[in-house]
Amino acid sequence: MSTEALRIALVGNPNCGKTALFNLLTGSRQKVANYAGVTVERKQGRYTAPSGRVVDLLDLPGAYSLDAASPDEAITRDVCLGIAAGETRPDLLVCVADATNLRLHLRFVLEVRRLGLPVVLALNMMDAASRRGIRIDIAALERELGIPVIETVAVRRAGAKALVERLDLAVPLPAMTSASDADLHAEVRQLLRAAVSMPSRTAATDDAIDRVALHPVWGLILLAGLMFLIFQSVFSWAGPLMEGIEGGIKLLGEWSVATLPDGPLRSLLNDGVFAGIGGVLVFLPQILILFLFILALEESGYLPRAAFLLDRLMFKAGLSGRSFIPLLSSFACAIPGIMATRSIQDPRDRLTTIMVAPLMTCSARLPVYTLLIGAFIPQRTVAGLFNLQGIVLFALYVAGIASALGVAFVMKRLRRDRSEHALMLELPSYRWPHPRDLAIGLWERGWIFIRRVGGIILALTILLWFLSSYPAPPEGATGPAIDYSLAGRIGRWLEVVFAPIGFNWQISIALVPGLAAREVAVSALGTVYALSGSDETVAAALGPLIAVEWPLATALSLLVWFIFAPQCLSTLAVIRRETNSWRNVWIAAGYLFGLAYVASFITFQITRVLSG
Amino acid sequence: MRLSELLPGNTAVVREVEDVGSADPIARRLRDLGFVAGEPVRLVTRGPVGGDPLLVQIGFTRFALRRSEAARVWLQSDGAGA
Repeated sequence: MSTEALRIALVGNPNCGKTALFNLLTGSRQKVANYAGVTVERKQGRYTAPSGRVVDLLDLPGAYSLDAASPDEAITRDVCLGIAAGETRPDLLVCVADATNLRLHLRFVLEVRRLGLPVVLALNMMDAASRRGIRIDIAALERELGIPVIETVAVRRAGAKALVERLDLAVPLPAMTSASDADLHAEVRQLLRAAVSMPSRTAATDDAIDRVALHPVWGLILLAGLMFLIFQSVFSWAGPLMEGIEGGIKLLGEWSVATLPDGPLRSLLNDGVFAGIGGVLVFLPQILILFLFILALEESGYLPRAAFLLDRLMFKAGLSGRSFIPLLSSFACAIPGIMATRSIQDPRDRLTTIMVAPLMTCSARLPVYTLLIGAFIPQRTVAGLFNLQGIVLFALYVAGIASALGVAFVMKRLRRDRSEHALMLELPSYRWPHPRDLAIGLWERGWIFIRRVGGIILALTILLWFLSSYPAPPEGATGPAIDYSLAGRIGRWLEVVFAPIGFNWQISIALVPGLAAREVAVSALGTVYALSGSDETVAAALGPLIAVEWPLATALSLLVWFIFAPQCLSTLAVIRRETNSWRNVWIAAGYLFGLAYVASFITFQITRVLSG
Repeated sequence: MRLSELLPGNTAVVREVEDVGSADPIARRLRDLGFVAGEPVRLVTRGPVGGDPLLVQIGFTRFALRRSEAARVWLQSDGAGA
């Protein structure tokens, strides 16, 4: 290429269809990363113009105003002004506006026009505008604004052709104006009078859907139904896929080490590397299914409605309506839940949501709960209707939710920045999610997880393998091998720490490999008690064994421990990734361990006294 | 009257947005979103719990505003406005 790539940035209000336009222009040739020093997503793509010139396209975060009110908007402002760290100022701005929402969006266009960069206005969603009977006189709008105006339809394959062709020609600098902020609204009104005629102010379909979706009774029932559907599908669809991935990786591991002699290398590959890869990939089905739903809800415009319905309840606990979906997702797994917090704009609300997400009872706790409840809680009917085991399981879920609300409340009290948290949430028009946007969104989420979180999980799994395997047991040793390893020694030291909460040395050792994932604690207990076989047979044999060996107080204490303890390095890894800070990881791990220890201590001591 | 006191289904015209404290970012943002003098607003509905947040239509756009946010918006009294 003889000339340098043209740098174009897309700017516009939230919900203007900017990202759909970006996807249409660049297809899958996108790079997603974060802006330097912040966790605002940076999306860059590339396309070749008809003239052969390469265009680097940057999709800036949506903004209502250059007078930034969130980290996202600050990035947009800084890039447009050319003062963002590590960013070159774009050569040209494409300001995207929703043709059905011009009164709001034109104000931002006027702000962007003052920046002193060449600007092209892309009037997006022209199809929806003409369906609603909105007539826009493009020539008049161009004349009044003094910048080129191009019609686009981001959901159509050829919907950006005219834009691409216009961008290939030279774009002049707009005439400088000195309108003050107060005049911008007046100028918008003047523009609308000159160039736009509209019959009614909203779409009738939106009104009809909202009458149900935002209804105090039907709206909540609809929301509950949707959540139930999502929850069900994450569990029922992801289950077989997860087993398939686990089995496949295991087979692949066994096949690839089959020719190796028994020894450290084989063990490293099998129990370290392949177990680690399996541990990463096994999360993918849940992440992808969950994000398919979240993306579809987001694109369709329903997500802000859910936030509207639940904001009051969540706000009382120090969260926001937007925290609901991430927290609900965390019942499946905290990893996609924490990744989903990107839709929360207020950084304080987002951090609080991330911090309490691990308290939601994720699916990995179930094997542990099942084992302990089955072994220690009698199968008894309570009040002629309820099963005692079921009640205990339910109580564990409730304890997780209650403690999350409590922690969020305390975080709100402790925070130094007491300024009001804003909601001011736009409820956009409903629209059908486009498969292209869903596919690109899913691809990005999956890739971020594998690349950014996968590496950390893999490294930690290999470290844990090393701790559990070395040093090897001496010749003629009779106990289980893990007892002689570093993990075993750590477990023995931990026993001193954990004795007051009733954990014996077997439990203490099992907690170390159990850091990889909660359910690993079950198989690790099996290893310590020198059981062998598949996970199910170990669990089946382990139940009766521990029912005899452990006092009830220890079992209850361990149950309570698993409500709180951050026994999942993957979650901590994703917190690191999503908050860009090790400090937050230490705070999360610290408070969770603290809560777990205190709660288990109380449980153990009280049960011991009561059971005499 | 404040926007937070408007009854569902009713329309009124904005008089001004009041700052709470000096340099109130929420008031500034409300003005950016179009809550400026002379603009008609309609209270579409209220949230299911405690009537909060409020769903407000301004121009073509609908915003969910918490009560404390909507209380910053003063409306023209009947007769004087429109």
